[in-house]
Amino acid sequence: MGILKRPGKAALLAGGLAAAVGLTAGAANAADEVVMAVPTFLTGAGAPAFGVPARNGAEVIIEAINKGKLPAPYDKSGKGLAGRQIKAVIYDESGGGVKQVAEFRNKVQKQGVDLFVGYISSGTCAAITPVAEELKMLTIFPICGTPRIFEEINKNPKYVFRTMGHATADGVAEALYVKANMPDVKGYTGINQNYAWGQDSWRDFDLAMKQLMPNVPASDKAQWPKIFSGQYGAEISALMLSKEPLVHSSLWGGDLEAFIFQGAARGLFRKKKLLFSVADTSVYRLGKKAPAGAILGARGPYGIFAAGVDTPLNNWFRKVYQDRYSVPPVGGSYQAAQGVLAAKYAYDAAAKANGGKFPSTDQVIAALEGATYQGLAAKVHMNRSNGHQAATKHMIGVLEWDKEAGGPIMTKVTEFGPDCVMPPPGVNGTEWLKGGMKGAKC
Amino acid sequence: MQELIVILVDGLVFSSYLFMVAVGLTVIFGVMKILNVTHGSFYAFGAYMSATLIGAYYSTDWPEFGGFLAIFAAALVVGVFFGIVLERGLLRFLYHRDEHIIVLATFAMFLVLEDVLLIIWGTDPYFAFEPMTLLGSVDIVEMTFDVYSLTLICLAVVVGLGLWLGLTKTKWGKLLLAVIFDREVSQAMGINVTVVFTVTFVIGAIMGALGGAYIAPTISVNPGIGVEVIVLAFAVVVIGGMGSIPGAMIGALLVGISRAAAVHKFPEIELFVIYAIMAVVLSIRPEGLFAPAQARKI
Amino acid sequence: MRYVDKTVVGLSIAFVVLLFADFFMAEWMRFIGLQSLARGAVALGLLVLWRTGLVSFGHALYFGIGAYAAAMLTLVGYHDAFFLVLAGTLASGLLAFLLGFLLRRYRAIFFALLNMAFSMILYGVIVKTEELGSTDGFSVLTPTFLGYAPQGEAVQTTLFLFTLVFTYIVTVGVHLYLKTTLGGMSMAVRENEIRVEYLGYSAEKVIHVKYVFSGLVAGFGGAIMALAIGQVDPDSMANWNVSGEFVFITILSGIGNVGATYIGALVFELIRTYAFEYAPQVWQFILGGSLLAIIMFLPDGIWSLIDRLRKSEG
Repeated sequence: MGILKRPGKAALLAGGLAAAVGLTAGAANAADEVVMAVPTFLTGAGAPAFGVPARNGAEVIIEAINKGKLPAPYDKSGKGLAGRQIKAVIYDESGGGVKQVAEFRNKVQKQGVDLFVGYISSGTCAAITPVAEELKMLTIFPICGTPRIFEEINKNPKYVFRTMGHATADGVAEALYVKANMPDVKGYTGINQNYAWGQDSWRDFDLAMKQLMPNVPASDKAQWPKIFSGQYGAEISALMLSKEPLVHSSLWGGDLEAFIFQGAARGLFRKKKLLFSVADTSVYRLGKKAPAGAILGARGPYGIFAAGVDTPLNNWFRKVYQDRYSVPPVGGSYQAAQGVLAAKYAYDAAAKANGGKFPSTDQVIAALEGATYQGLAAKVHMNRSNGHQAATKHMIGVLEWDKEAGGPIMTKVTEFGPDCVMPPPGVNGTEWLKGGMKGAKC
Repeated sequence: MQELIVILVDGLVFSSYLFMVAVGLTVIFGVMKILNVTHGSFYAFGAYMSATLIGAYYSTDWPEFGGFLAIFAAALVVGVFFGIVLERGLLRFLYHRDEHIIVLATFAMFLVLEDVLLIIWGTDPYFAFEPMTLLGSVDIVEMTFDVYSLTLICLAVVVGLGLWLGLTKTKWGKLLLAVIFDREVSQAMGINVTVVFTVTFVIGAIMGALGGAYIAPTISVNPGIGVEVIVLAFAVVVIGGMGSIPGAMIGALLVGISRAAAVHKFPEIELFVIYAIMAVVLSIRPEGLFAPAQARKI
Repeated sequence: MRYVDKTVVGLSIAFVVLLFADFFMAEWMRFIGLQSLARGAVALGLLVLWRTGLVSFGHALYFGIGAYAAAMLTLVGYHDAFFLVLAGTLASGLLAFLLGFLLRRYRAIFFALLNMAFSMILYGVIVKTEELGSTDGFSVLTPTFLGYAPQGEAVQTTLFLFTLVFTYIVTVGVHLYLKTTLGGMSMAVRENEIRVEYLGYSAEKVIHVKYVFSGLVAGFGGAIMALAIGQVDPDSMANWNVSGEFVFITILSGIGNVGATYIGALVFELIRTYAFEYAPQVWQFILGGSLLAIIMFLPDGIWSLIDRLRKSEG
């Protein structure tokens, strides 16, 4: 029975270890730099679709900011954020909300991070929001789908911002597009991954359709494949047998690509009209395999939708990105870059208001609240949720293959203004949809 | 009627997928009593290797059907390499340890290999759809199916029958059964258990890799595909009875057809089907449907 | 004094040291400490089972139930940490009691896997429940402590204190339980169940009691985790790899001593934290590699190091 009666050296060791490691202070950072943490998916299924493009987009912008080489309208604002160089700490967002909260605390309390620009998954954003507020840490979410961040989790944010529209805008834009372009549609069904984002996407699209086209029935057999399952044989059969001609889908990444291969092999896209809400992440990669004729969104004016935007800033970004990574930037690249630009804009504006001196976090926040700044392809209006939630225009179109250019191209694109697809300030997205989208300016 | 047949075909295709994903796991467990989490890595490496070889093959102008050879070559290369390296380099040092420790060791190895995969192939997905495109489609009861998925059924039947016959009808198989029944006694009778273990592990690894390699043309080969099949394979193997090849087949059929029916009739419950079957089967028959009988030693 | 052995003394010393350390620790370290206490508690539950030769690959089930029970009560207006943690612990204990009637008939890998099946069903239920945020989960408001509502850093300090006190009580309790006749039966059940039956004990009952114990402490760990993080979600609380991490920690610690599980949990957190910081691209490699190294070179876990230390002294 010896081992059961050892003294508590282990406990002493634990105490000692805790004391030794715990009492050391966080890492010291140089005074003339701003430490920007950039969490994004570097591993797992989220990496190729969102994580890596987002990292690349952020890297391009951060480098240009540090060298002072951003084109207009940022060309006269000097190097860095309010004159200080950005030290980027890029790390993996994988592992779930709990692990990310732990990592957030580590980065703040141990590595002395000054601000966060990152997080892709709604789940992580939802988990981070309360902690960011508790630790008083400026945190800019460039992506994240869920409207719950400022509608439920924190209705009165101070430190957390989101620089793109939320999922409600996607559902509304899609429904508006269907109403305008398929007025005689006989019904719709869906295939969405069985997790929060998939469920939210279907609910918002469904609610918007019920308001805009109340006579068009929804299928009661919308498909809910497990996320990352990759096998859609039975789902494709069920969709082909269903009587609804329109199929809504928020699949992304590997799931989307597998669905497209398997669906194309069975003629699904000839039989049904597909509406993909985030398929832009895969169109370049799929090339000719991407289903021409499908309705496509990119959660805003990003990626392939920004291909034709002829401004110095956008042209520069597309060229640098393409040269460096040999692929065109996709939605995630644009959205992450847009988040970093928010920091650039806010630090510079706050320094200006501060008489040229480096601003405090409170001053940066004041500068960003309610601001309108220039994103890569569209203006970003920080005018929802007390100036913490962005609204931008939204775009939906039909994917075609451009034979001359030898690449995918968006046709029949419709633009929706920010006040057309996003609920008005102070209004809950779901309530707004259920109440008939009052106050929308289309 | 049409729907019924479609459910059956969908179910058979998915069952074959499940069987191919699970058979390597059950082979290894049957002989070595090791629940091998690294199985997920075999699947993933098989898929990546297959996609790479298929891509390389179709960049030449060799005959189109040769692309199928690339699939089997990928499974062999991955299975033989990892099978030998893992069994000789790691597992043989652990045979005397608690079975749960070995599971954890393979879990650890799985984590390591996940990152090795990223280091070798990066995060960008790989496509290898040529073999699927090549075989085209066929109509059954006015429903279009792709032929490639249907060949999966044949592959599963061939692999299942082959393994079963090999185990029960050949001399090698009988040696294996002896080892399964009593390791010590077979060793005493002069069977080289070390070789039996290595060969079994390599065969299991080839089967795992073949699952991934054959599925690769139908999917986007992405980081994280390995982790998805682990629980799936566990469930099938547990339902059928761990270590039993007919069991894995029945388990795969049960889950595959139930799932197809759920997708067509009650898509909301698709997520639960597999675990519900697992819990129910285990509650009634603790050791799975086809568990080999075990002697109780006093 | 028959209850006070060296382990109890050791645990008490550690308790007092950490109690004081709470006021000096760096914030991030306190947070890691909190998580280690929570995960260590689950590992303690696994240790109780492991002494009987049983391993559960599904203890995220009880961790998740504890976390979600506490978190859901905050949704309906309960915020007292004492109540939340008690409720989380009891909810898990109740479930373990019920499932125990089935699970106590199972041994070896089947026991491990049936646990996993149940934990995956819970995972599926949470994912399907949009009201609970599906895979996103939901946030848990800051708890109060018998009317005291701390703000800022005091939240974590108080929670750490709170956790420390209860962890101490739970751990000493489990240790004393393992010393009772029924508790001591575990090794006997592991070695030869049939002989245990001949001695007039029911092996199934021994296992059932242990299973409930392990469910209770895992639920306790889950409830603490929910309060510490301020967030619950199924991927971090109920997925199969979470269960794998708990087994990982148990192996890391070794089953020699109840206190070892907390050291194991702390080492686990530190490996992960530093791997994440210095090698963000290969953190899984490092985590897996460390586990392999432990299995190969420290078969009895970290605790065996302390044993060796003691032997060289003695």
